[in-house]
Amino acid sequence: MTTDNHPAHPAELYWLPPAADFDQTLARARDDGAAPAERLAALRELAGSRLDFMRTAKVERALRGLPGDATAALQPVRLALLAGHTVDHLVPAIRVAGLRRGLLVDCRVGPYGQWRQQILDPGSELYRSEPDVVLLAPSADELLPPLPLSAARSEAEEAVSRTVKELAGFWRILRERLRAAVMQQAPLPPTPLFGHHERLVPGAPGALAARLEGALADAAAEEGVHLLDLAAAAARIGSGAVSDPRLWHHAKQEISPVAGPWAGEQVGRILGALRGRSRKALVLDLDDTLWGGIIGEDGVDGIAIGQGSAEGEAFLAFQRHVRRLAERGVVLAVSSKNDPTIALGPFERHPDMLLRRSDFAAFEAGWGDKPAAVRRIAEELGLGLDALVFFDDNPAERALMRRTLPEVAVPEVPPAPERYVQCLADAGYFEAVSFTADDAQRAAQYSASAERRRAQAGATDLEGFLRDLAMVLEVRKVEPVSLARVTQLINKTNQFNLTTRRYGEAEVAAFAQDPSVLTFCGRLTDRLGDNGIVSVVIGRLVEEGGERVLDLDTWLMSCRVLGRRVEQAMLGTIAAAAARAGADALVGRYRPTPRNGLVRELYPSLGFAPAGEGEDGETLWRLPLAGAASEPAANDTLPPIEVRFHD
Amino acid sequence: MTEQQIYDGITEILREVFDDDRLVATPELSARDVPEWDSFNQINVVVASELKFGVQFRSAEIEALNCVGDFAALIRSKLDAN
Repeated sequence: MTTDNHPAHPAELYWLPPAADFDQTLARARDDGAAPAERLAALRELAGSRLDFMRTAKVERALRGLPGDATAALQPVRLALLAGHTVDHLVPAIRVAGLRRGLLVDCRVGPYGQWRQQILDPGSELYRSEPDVVLLAPSADELLPPLPLSAARSEAEEAVSRTVKELAGFWRILRERLRAAVMQQAPLPPTPLFGHHERLVPGAPGALAARLEGALADAAAEEGVHLLDLAAAAARIGSGAVSDPRLWHHAKQEISPVAGPWAGEQVGRILGALRGRSRKALVLDLDDTLWGGIIGEDGVDGIAIGQGSAEGEAFLAFQRHVRRLAERGVVLAVSSKNDPTIALGPFERHPDMLLRRSDFAAFEAGWGDKPAAVRRIAEELGLGLDALVFFDDNPAERALMRRTLPEVAVPEVPPAPERYVQCLADAGYFEAVSFTADDAQRAAQYSASAERRRAQAGATDLEGFLRDLAMVLEVRKVEPVSLARVTQLINKTNQFNLTTRRYGEAEVAAFAQDPSVLTFCGRLTDRLGDNGIVSVVIGRLVEEGGERVLDLDTWLMSCRVLGRRVEQAMLGTIAAAAARAGADALVGRYRPTPRNGLVRELYPSLGFAPAGEGEDGETLWRLPLAGAASEPAANDTLPPIEVRFHD
Repeated sequence: MTEQQIYDGITEILREVFDDDRLVATPELSARDVPEWDSFNQINVVVASELKFGVQFRSAEIEALNCVGDFAALIRSKLDAN
């Protein structure tokens, strides 16, 4: 029987590996003579390891010391913290949690306890700092309405609703004036007065806090605000691990420095999700990960899975959790060192297996090394390595993966399988800022997509393969029903993204209503299934030297449908719509980022002519719309896609 | 725990918190000698010491400290009381 190494402190980020050699790696990050990319890599390695609050501060200090050419590979995010409790000591942890996700977070802390004034005064520091994200974190004391214990339920309801309405008013001001994403901290749980009877007394602090949290969540969902649910997160580690009453009285710290890395990680998850940095796929080992035992030795009848033994039930519970993750859009894959036929045995023949072969979009079983297998999985799924989580009970495989493919997230899997679910849940790799119908279908989409790729790899005649797919592209304006998915794509698409401009839901909604802006979203279906919305285009109609042009502010496409000529079909539709709107030409822009090299040559390949350069290496391209609303002449053949445009 | 071990422990904490490997805890050393030693870092030093020595301080005890010597004596008294 194995025992787990319990974390030294409940707030510790125990799924992160301990730093192999903290001081030496930090020295590499600080070495002025080293290459900028190496310095950043060293610091990112540290950010991905288990750090206490003092080491977190050291890593953050080293991050401040990195030159601009080292941090250029990180995605910048400006965060404003407006709090009713002291949060200055959390800034290093937030920045390190950002670094863990490839973000360079610029944190501005507003004056203590003045969040209302900051929001209401258009001349305040808040507005000058032009944040992308505002975290509103009043203290629990500020949020809980002061009601007598004898208050009736209706009074409690009314008081809570007043508080939430006031907050929602501030959210709207922030969004209208700043177009920033808003993150609202839920209050930390107050000290109970009654204990178990607490929730039955409407005026008791615990009951008010619970009611407030429910109302906050409802309002946040309605207003498109993101909830930083510290109450729920604290419940997992204990509020005593989060707060130290001495530090509250001494320095108004609601979160103690020891819990700082934990709190920073919570904020980092939402920032990461907003910027498309949440992980998308879970790559699982089989033996002693999805079932107990070694299939090659124990055989289908000998492995532990299902009811009957504690261990079998634990593996079953893990499979159940994994399947629920798939239901919310996490893509599943297998990487196992096994004979492929033997590895499939339990999926095909074991009656207690909950997961089936069809639940996995990619299945790599063989004797080659796992980093190579994981690379193939990423390719097959059309995902970056930084979208993957690798879950394997074998410490040697984990170490090899971390060394070979540092982009892949590799949690420290606990020795006891009973703790697998807890570990994966606590690690928070799959944080979301929305949940759409497309997410619920994701697993099926990726499986079909992987099948298409395999078919494509086998087909010698690409055109024939594409024709066989019987693709239909439905193009519509961005509408309320598609707003969430479109916003999600705008914020998470990195590779096929011409300008990588990120917009919040409110901004996208504003584009959709602006008569001088044309918005398009394309949904692709084929004989293997519905791919959902895969492409978004936003163009502004502008007058330019006596001409009217459609200036393409945003053009992105999901990598799932690369190589299927969807971009040509989209262009045809855009060109026709632009011509109908009286445009004489299309203007395309390519803004280079470390990740969008894929589309550097997109415009010339579609027949656009060079039209100069903008700032930051941006290139401009122009395609005249020869009078008629016709297909651009650039391509020899029309793509084998039926386009239905619903204007 | 010897006096030296307490001072070594404080030295280690000061180096971590202020990210300066030249710092050495001596009885006379005080916040005035370390530019970054503000009330914010004072909390970090105290919290780190609590974890390291397995003791708990009261706010009033912390506020009464003038130098590292006072702090070492406080840690000593807590350890003896355990």
